This record gives sequence, C-alpha cells and structure tokens, in this order.
Amino acid sequence: MLYSEKVMDHFEHPRNVGEIPDADGVGQVGNAKCGDIMRMYIKVDENEIITDVKFKTFGCGAAIATSSMATELIKGKSIDEALKLTNKAVVEALEGLPPVKIHCSVLAEEAIKAAIENYRQRKNGGGEGITVNESCASCEH
Amino acid sequence: MTKRRIYMDHAATTYVKPEVLEAMLPYFTDQFGNPSSIHTRGQMARSAVDRAREQVARAINAQPAEIYFTGGGSEADNMALKGIAESYAKKGSHIITTKIEHHAILHTCEWLEKQRGVSVTYLDVDEYGRVTPEQVEAAIRPDTILVSIMFANNEIGTIEPIAEIGAMCKKHGVLFHTDAVQAVGAVPIDVQAMNIDLLSMSAHKFYGPKGIGALYARKGVRVPSLIHGGAQERGKRAGTENLPGIVGMGKAIELATATMEESSRRIAALRDRLMKGILERVPDCRVNGDLEHRLPNNLNMCFKYIEGEALLLRLDLAGIEGSSGSACTSGSLDPSHVLLAIGLPHEIAHGSLRLTLGDGTTEEDVDYVIDTLPGIVRTLREMSPIFEH
Repeated sequence: MLYSEKVMDHFEHPRNVGEIPDADGVGQVGNAKCGDIMRMYIKVDENEIITDVKFKTFGCGAAIATSSMATELIKGKSIDEALKLTNKAVVEALEGLPPVKIHCSVLAEEAIKAAIENYRQRKNGGGEGITVNESCASCEH
Repeated sequence: MTKRRIYMDHAATTYVKPEVLEAMLPYFTDQFGNPSSIHTRGQMARSAVDRAREQVARAINAQPAEIYFTGGGSEADNMALKGIAESYAKKGSHIITTKIEHHAILHTCEWLEKQRGVSVTYLDVDEYGRVTPEQVEAAIRPDTILVSIMFANNEIGTIEPIAEIGAMCKKHGVLFHTDAVQAVGAVPIDVQAMNIDLLSMSAHKFYGPKGIGALYARKGVRVPSLIHGGAQERGKRAGTENLPGIVGMGKAIELATATMEESSRRIAALRDRLMKGILERVPDCRVNGDLEHRLPNNLNMCFKYIEGEALLLRLDLAGIEGSSGSACTSGSLDPSHVLLAIGLPHEIAHGSLRLTLGDGTTEEDVDYVIDTLPGIVRTLREMSPIFEH
C-alpha cells in the first residue's frame, strides 16, 4: 500500500486543523509552485509551554499526515523541546513514509521552526504577524 | 475491497470484457500450440493469429500485412520512432512532435536527441491542447523524416486534427505517425482517409488484456527489426507470439468497433452529466482540454486551493477511483507536463483530477460522484492555508 495505517489515520482524521486568531507565533513554509504549503499557529504561555497548536496544509496525503502528527508531537511541550523535534521523529511516529515522501516530514519540521522563530521575533519586539519561508529544501522552485 | 467501488480511471486501464476472456481461455489450455509448428495444433494457432491480425487491420482500415503485434503501446511507439530514425537516417534526422505527447514518445525523442544526434521540434499546443496543421507545416524542413502527433491526449482528452495533419504530411512527403493508444476503440480511425503511415495501439485501453499492442506501418514504410530471431511478425519482432493476448486483442477491437457509435454517445452523455453536476456544485474549478474535440469518456478538471493526491485519497476512501496530474502523483517535482503545456500555473495544475468513464459506468455511479465530490473538496479547502472563505 502507498501509506501506512498510521499515515492514513492522520490523513483521514487530521488532528488540530484550524487557525488561532490570537496566536503567539505563526509560521509558513513551502510554496504553491511546489504543491506544498504548511502553516502552523502556536499559543505559548509564560513558561514557554506550547498550550495550543493548529495547522493548515495545502499538499498531498503525506503533507497532511506529517503536519497533523507534528502538531501532536509539540502540543504541551516547551519551546526548547519543540525545537528539538526532527523530521525523523515525525516519520517514526507515523510508522514510516515512502522514500519519495520523506521531504514532507522535513517541511513539517521547518513549519514548526518557522512558527517558533515568529514567536521569538514577536517577543523581542519585532517580526511580522507571520514568518514565511518559501524555499523548499527538496526542489528548485 | 468490499464496499461499492466506482472505477473512473479507464484511461489508465480497463477490465477485460467477459467475451474477450472467453475468447482467450482456450488458447491457454487446449489450443496452446506454437503458431510456427507444422502440426494441426500449431496451424490452428496460426489461424487464430491471422484472424486477430485481420480484426485489428479492419478496425483501422489497414491491411493485415501492415500490422505488427507488440508488447504494448510504449513498445509500438519506440518501434516507430527509433525504427524510422534508423531506416531514414540517410534522408535526414529531424522529427516533429508535440509537447503533450505520452512519455513513451517524449522520452524516446529525448534519447534519440542525446544518443543518435536526432533533432526534435516539440510543437506548442493552445490552451485547449490543440496543435494545428499549419504549425506542422511551418516546422517541416528538408531533413524532416517523421511527424509524430498523438491522436488523442490521455490526460485532457483533446483530439488532434489528425486527418488535416496527415494531409499536410502527405503534401510534403513526410511520414506521419500517431500514438493512438487512447483513441483506438473510442473514436473512428481510418489510416487511409487520414493519411496515417504509422500508428500505435494498446489492447488494455479497449477492454483487452495487458501486455499486447500493435504497430501499424503502411506498406512501403521501412521499419527495421526490433527483436532479431525467428520470423514472427515478418522478422520485425521475433519471439513466439503471445497467442492468448493476440486473440484477446482481436476480439476486443472487434467488439469496440461494433458498438463504438452507441457506446461513445452513451458515455459522452454520462461524462457531460458528471461535468455539469460538478461545475454546478463546486466553486472555483475549471475543465481542462478541448470541449468539442474530446474523447467521449474523459473529464479533467482543476480545483483551486487543494492538491490532487489528497483529493484522490479521499475519493478512494469513498470508493471512487480516479487519477491526477499533480506532482505528487507523477512522482516528479513538477505537475503533469500536459497541464503545464496548456498554460496552467503550477499551483492550479497541482489540484487536478482526471475521471475517465467506461462501458460499465452507470448513471448511479455518476450521481454518486456528483454527490460525494463537493464535500471532499470543501473539507480539503477548509484545511488549506491558501483558501479564503
């Protein structure tokens, strides 16, 4: 089969889909030309714990599943712990991805990093409402 | 697979019709002779091959001696392009084709450019996927040896002006090949009237078995041997014939031709019903390809703000089987070269869906898709960061 049961579960029933209007950090990665765009919203409390996280994704089955899993993996974690999340961990949690789809998990890791970077920028008094990183590691667009 | 499944991917492949399977079976069990054997069993097999060859020839108004059985459509394409490039190398080494051909043509052309020093002109198509005879004429040079233009496109269904292009090629003394893999069995083809010199076809697109196809090459066109060995296929493609496959192909093409007019009318009506139903219920979508010159069973659409593979997966979960031109489904980084060639931007091309109906498709099937698709599109759009409510 193309995808594992775990991946199909996260695809069919994605966790944490949506937006957070008063988010503390918003990050977006990928671009429409690639066919992959992930946007992550995080709510962070005064102890730097991620209390809420939501995502929106334009992309394939693996893109949706990896972003869903990524939100699950960082919810309730500290910012520092979330920064340590690797794409490998996402793939493992999903019990594997086809080799051609591994880059989707990389994008999910980058989306989290972009949201956290946005949070940090805002905290330091600067930054936009959203941190966007359009370059996609795996293609030349 | 248990619950109801609706197969709408006939352009990818078709089921083998019961009459075809029935015609094939004896050639596995009882009448399994080698057509080259002298004994009766062999000679009966030989007759079966001859009959199938006649059936195939009749379907396109060719002579049986002009039909070469191959392992499929891709092989026929390879045989045509590489064969003509080799046989007519003294005359020239320029080939004209289009940007929307199947990869069996495009990748073979690229190989000929790289490995054989052939120069290839890839003609542009308009926003509906059509190429004109005038474009072909303008591209013909003194050293042009072949024009290869597909009869109908597998993704968007557009039918090219084949008879006019054939006439143009004849006028300029250039051989004309058409990859008719998607067209044979679906629309009438007459290689005499249309001035076609070479044609590729594949049985599994018209309710025959996989692994068998044919190349038509007009008498007088020099085609070199693809496979050396025995004398099968007039020495052009040696090897003991795929007897059941050949019999199946003959039966399938005969059935398809006999019912073509009625079938295509029925399917086109269902396809139009499907198209209308989707356009009415789903906003921000468009149909790709020529609406008038189009394969009767083909519907290809783009849905803004969502991606094709995700759409296919959700449809599959609902029992609906289609295909897409998105990058993720093609296994490459770019969406379908056909959708890009008709001018669609990447982000739109990624959200494509191809539904191709068949002889078994019913009105209930179509209505189920019309009822199910809008909800799926809505769900994916609500998840999309580029969708503004």
